[in-house]
Amino acid sequence: MKALLAKKWFGPLVALVVVYAIFLVLRPETFGRAATLLTMSQQTVVVAIAAVGATLVIVSGGIDLSVGSSVALTSVVVAKLLVRGHGPLVAALGGCLVATLCGALGGALVARLKMLPFIVTLGSMSILRGAAKGLANEQKIDAPARGLETLLQPAAGSLRPPTGVFLAIAVAVLAALLLSSTRFGRHVFAVGSNERTARLCGVPVERVKIGVYAIAGLLAGLAGVLEFSMLTVGDPTTAVGLELEVIAAVVIGGASLSGGEGSILGAMIGAFLMTVIKTGATHMGLPNWVQEIVTGGIILVASGLDRLRRGSATS
Amino acid sequence: MLVVRGVEKHFGATHALTGVDLTVAAGEVHAVLGENGAGKSTLMNVLCGAFPADAGTVTLGGARYAPADPDAAFRAGVAIVHQELSLCPRLTVEENLLLGDESTRAGFLDRRRLRERAAAALARVGSTTPLDARALDLSPAAQQLVEIARALVRGEPRLLILDEPTSSLGADDAERLFALIGELSRAGIAILYVSHFLEEVKRVAQRFTVLRDGATVGTGAVAETSIDAMVTQMAGRRVEELFPRSEHPRGEPLLVVEALSGSDKPLAASLVVHRGEVLGIAGLVGAGRTELLRVVFGLDRVVSGEVRVGAWRGPRSPRDALDHGVGLLSEDRKGEGLAQGLSLAENLALSRLPSFVRGASLRATAQRWVERLGIRAGSVDAPVSELSGGNQQKVALARLLHHDVDVLLLDEPTRGIDVRSKAAIYAEIDALARAGKAIVLVSSFLPELLGVCDRVAVMCRGRLGEARPIAEWTEHAILKEAVGA
Repeated sequence: MKALLAKKWFGPLVALVVVYAIFLVLRPETFGRAATLLTMSQQTVVVAIAAVGATLVIVSGGIDLSVGSSVALTSVVVAKLLVRGHGPLVAALGGCLVATLCGALGGALVARLKMLPFIVTLGSMSILRGAAKGLANEQKIDAPARGLETLLQPAAGSLRPPTGVFLAIAVAVLAALLLSSTRFGRHVFAVGSNERTARLCGVPVERVKIGVYAIAGLLAGLAGVLEFSMLTVGDPTTAVGLELEVIAAVVIGGASLSGGEGSILGAMIGAFLMTVIKTGATHMGLPNWVQEIVTGGIILVASGLDRLRRGSATS
Repeated sequence: MLVVRGVEKHFGATHALTGVDLTVAAGEVHAVLGENGAGKSTLMNVLCGAFPADAGTVTLGGARYAPADPDAAFRAGVAIVHQELSLCPRLTVEENLLLGDESTRAGFLDRRRLRERAAAALARVGSTTPLDARALDLSPAAQQLVEIARALVRGEPRLLILDEPTSSLGADDAERLFALIGELSRAGIAILYVSHFLEEVKRVAQRFTVLRDGATVGTGAVAETSIDAMVTQMAGRRVEELFPRSEHPRGEPLLVVEALSGSDKPLAASLVVHRGEVLGIAGLVGAGRTELLRVVFGLDRVVSGEVRVGAWRGPRSPRDALDHGVGLLSEDRKGEGLAQGLSLAENLALSRLPSFVRGASLRATAQRWVERLGIRAGSVDAPVSELSGGNQQKVALARLLHHDVDVLLLDEPTRGIDVRSKAAIYAEIDALARAGKAIVLVSSFLPELLGVCDRVAVMCRGRLGEARPIAEWTEHAILKEAVGA
C-alpha cells in the first residue's frame, strides 16, 4: 500500500476514479455505457500521444509550447502529400518527419546555444503555426483520406476501438519502457534532476536534450496524423492551445515542471481525466466555463497535494 | 568601537564559533586571520546580521549590538563588502548603489536625488565608472569599487567589513584599494579586514586577531609581529585523528599533467601521479585547486597544456575522461556531486548504466556498495537527499569505485561530514592506493593532507608549486607557501 502511495500516478488515478464515479451516479445512462468509454478514448488519443512526448521533455527539465502548432502543420503536410497523390503511409511518415525535424532543431537550440526551452518553443510555436498557414494558403485543405480516416473512426455499430487508440497505448507503453528501462531514459531523469551531476557523470547532456525534443516532435507529428484522421482535412488553424492541455495532462499526472519527475502512466491518466470532465460536463448540460474551472481546479489541487506530500516527506 | 566577547555559533552539531573575542577601535584597520574553516566567515555573518549569535555579547560604540537582519546592521552603521561580488548584473551602477534605499518623493523615485547620492558615493571611493553602465559590463576591480561605494551610500558607516577584498583584483587595483582603505580609516571608520594574504595584512592593517577552530587564539599589533609568527598562530596544533596508512609502493606514472592552463586558473600547472600514490594539493580557497581538477577531468575548458593517462591524451569531455579511467568527486555534493532527487541506486550507477536498465540489478549493485562502504541508508530506492552528508559522500565515492576508475580526483572529500564517515573515507583512500590507483586529493584540512598523502603540492593564486614528499612538509610550511609568503 505504501509503495502504491509513493507512485506518481496513484493520486491522479484516484482522482479519475472519483470523478468517473460521480458522473456515473449522476448520469448512469451515459457513463454506464461502453460506447461512451469508447468515444472518450477516441477523444483522448491526440492529447495522449502528444502528452507522452511532453512528459519526456518535462522530465528532462524542459517545456514544449509548440505542440499545437506542430499538430496543425503536420495535418497540413499530410493533406498536401495526399493531394499530390502519395499513399497514406508516405503522407503520414512525411508529416511525422517534418515534425521530428522541427523538434530536433528546437532541441539543438536548447542544448547547444543554451537557450531557454520556454523561449525556443514559444518561437517555434509561432513559426510552425505561420508555416502551416502559409503552406495551406490559409485555407483548409480537402484531401482524399485514403484510409487514414479509419485511424480514429470505429466501424459503425462495432465496439472495437479504432486503431488510433491502440496506437496511443503502444506509444505510451514504449515510452514508459524507454524512460524506466533504458540508459537513455535514466539519463533523461538525471538531466532533469541535476544537469551538473549528469555532466559530471559523463552523461551526454546535449545529445539527451536534442533526443528528447526530437521524440516530442515525432509524437506531436503522430498526434497531427491522428488529428488529420479525425478532421479528414488539413487544417492550419486546428489544435490552438493544445500545448496547454498537454502540459496540464502531464502535470496532473504527477510531473514536476522543474524536471526530474514524471510518469507516462500519470500523464495518460491526466489526459483521460480531462476528457471525462469534458464529456461529463457536456452530458450534464453544464456550460463550457464550468468544465474549464473544474479542469483548472484539478491542476491546482494535483500540484498542491504533491507539494504538501513532498513537504511532509522532507520535514 | 566594536567589542566582541565570547561569541558562539552552532549549526546543528557543528560548532562554527566557540568563543570569539575581538576589539576594534575607531579609525583602525583590524585584520582577522585564520585558515579555511577557522570561523572568519561565520563571524562576519554574525556581525552583519545574516544570523544571530548563540552566546556572547557584541557592543558597538558602547551600545549592545544584535542586528536582526542585514538591514538593521546597516542602520546601526555596519556595512559589509562580501568576498563574492554581489551586484545585480543587469542593473546599472546607480540602481545597484541605491538598491533597497531608493529616495522617493510622494511615492515616486526622486531621480535627481538618486543620481546625486550615487555620484557622491562613487566619487568618495575614487571611481570614474559611469552611473548608467550595467554591472555586468564592469571589470572585477570596478565592480569592487561599486560594492564599497554601496557600503558608503547610506551615510558613513561606523564599521566597514571587507571580506577578502583583493581576491578578484590584480596588483595595481589592489594598490588603489589599499590607498582607499587608508583614506576611509583616517576618516574615523573602523575597518575589519579579512584576508588570507599576510603580506597584504602587513601593508594595510594596524592590529590583527587570529581565529582557529572557531575561537580567538591571539591578537596583536601587526608592526610587532612577523608573518612567520602569524602563520604559527594560525596553524597551531590540533587533535590528532586516525589516518590509517599502510605500505603502498609507488608504481609507474599514471596521470601526467603538463603545463595545463584553464580559462582563468590553473596557470601552467604540471604534475605526475603514480600508481599507488596519493598526491595532495593544498592551498587557500580560491587558489584554483578545484579548477585544476575540473580542467583535468574535462568539465572546464583546457586553454593550453595536456593531460595524459597512458596513451590517452585528453580530455575532450567528462565522458571521455571517464571512459579512460579518470573520475572526479565534486566538492559541491548538493549542487553537483549527487542528483538529490534521484535514488541512491540511480546516483551510484549514473556514470555506468547499461543500455537496458533492470531495476533489480541496479538495486543489487547498489546494495553491494552500501555493504562494502558501510553506507547507512533506509533503502537504496530512497532519494539520496534523505541520507546524512557523510553517507551521501560515500555514495559519491562509491560511484567512482563502481565505475572502476584508475585515477581518482577527490575534491574536498571529507568537507562537512562526521568523523566516522571521514575515517571510513580515509580507509578507502588507503585501500585504493594499495590497489594501485592514482589519487589526487584536494583538501583545505592540513592534518588530513599530512595524514593521508604521500606527496603534497601547494597551489597559490592559480600556480601549482612543486610536489614534495610528505616528510618534507609541516603544516607551517604548507600554510606559508599557500599564503604566498
